[in-house]
Amino acid sequence: MNITGEDLIKACSAIGAGLAVIAGIGPGIGQGIAAGHGASAVGRNPGAQGQIMSTMLLGQAVAETTGLYGLVVALLLLFVQPLV
Amino acid sequence: MTGGILLASSDTVDMIQGLVKYKVFGQEVWLTTSHVCILIVWLSLVIFSIIANRKLKHATEVPDTFQNILELIVSLLDGIVEGSMGKHAKVFGNWICTIFCFILVSNLSGLVGLRPPTADYGTTLALALITFVCIHVVKVRHQSAKDIWIDKCSPLPPWLPIWMPINIISDIAVPISMSLRLFANVLSGTIIMGLVYGLLGKFALVWPAALHVYFDIFSGAIQTYVFCMLTMTYINQSYGDN
Repeated sequence: MNITGEDLIKACSAIGAGLAVIAGIGPGIGQGIAAGHGASAVGRNPGAQGQIMSTMLLGQAVAETTGLYGLVVALLLLFVQPLV
Repeated sequence: MTGGILLASSDTVDMIQGLVKYKVFGQEVWLTTSHVCILIVWLSLVIFSIIANRKLKHATEVPDTFQNILELIVSLLDGIVEGSMGKHAKVFGNWICTIFCFILVSNLSGLVGLRPPTADYGTTLALALITFVCIHVVKVRHQSAKDIWIDKCSPLPPWLPIWMPINIISDIAVPISMSLRLFANVLSGTIIMGLVYGLLGKFALVWPAALHVYFDIFSGAIQTYVFCMLTMTYINQSYGDN
């Protein structure tokens, strides 16, 4: 079996795409912390549930961005293949 | 395979297909399915607005169902803009409500089988660039050159502008991060739905509806809200203190 340079680059791109989505760990932890604090805030002040909920969701959606950068890098490596 | 995920070109896995090819300054450009989807979203919004306009010309004292829905939508959007822009809401109210409706309907268009136009980087980059232009036009109009200079050197005193390149980079990062956030959220939903339908075939019968509720409705609505919220926050910041 012959492995050309292009095959090697494609294989390494796939490994790199897998490594890139490890970036999802960070937003996972961050969103978990935000949700935990949101839950404790609702526990302390159940009247303000609506406002706490919308603030929490806004913060989580912004925190998600770094994970999505990882996803974009992985998709670029898989489908656009800039290195081949 | 070409750069199909990011650019609006043809021949890719993610369902953007080129329809008409034409040349601009020797560069090959494609009219793609994204353009068609944007046109459909745009036409449906225009038709809805025309019907709403007709209806509100004969508005009644006691609103019927359709008029009630219209008043609900308008007061909801006005409330969002008013809540975060305060006294500047009058200037940007129309614009924010317009992009809110456009992004929301684009994100929800995945429900009827279209490929959401916001899952194309061209669309979101254009929206974010408009925000970028708004921010800087407002900044130039409402702040003096001295204030902008002090702001650009901000953590250090104004006679020592070594921090300025970093502040400029963070200015440029605003449209990139806003557009990538919206794009990647909608695209991840589209790709996961595509995988579910493509791999499972006839086993994907009723239960993907739950995934649609999360990826299209929940995520789409949240990202619409986030995009408009960030636009309003950035524009509000660029008005300065006075």
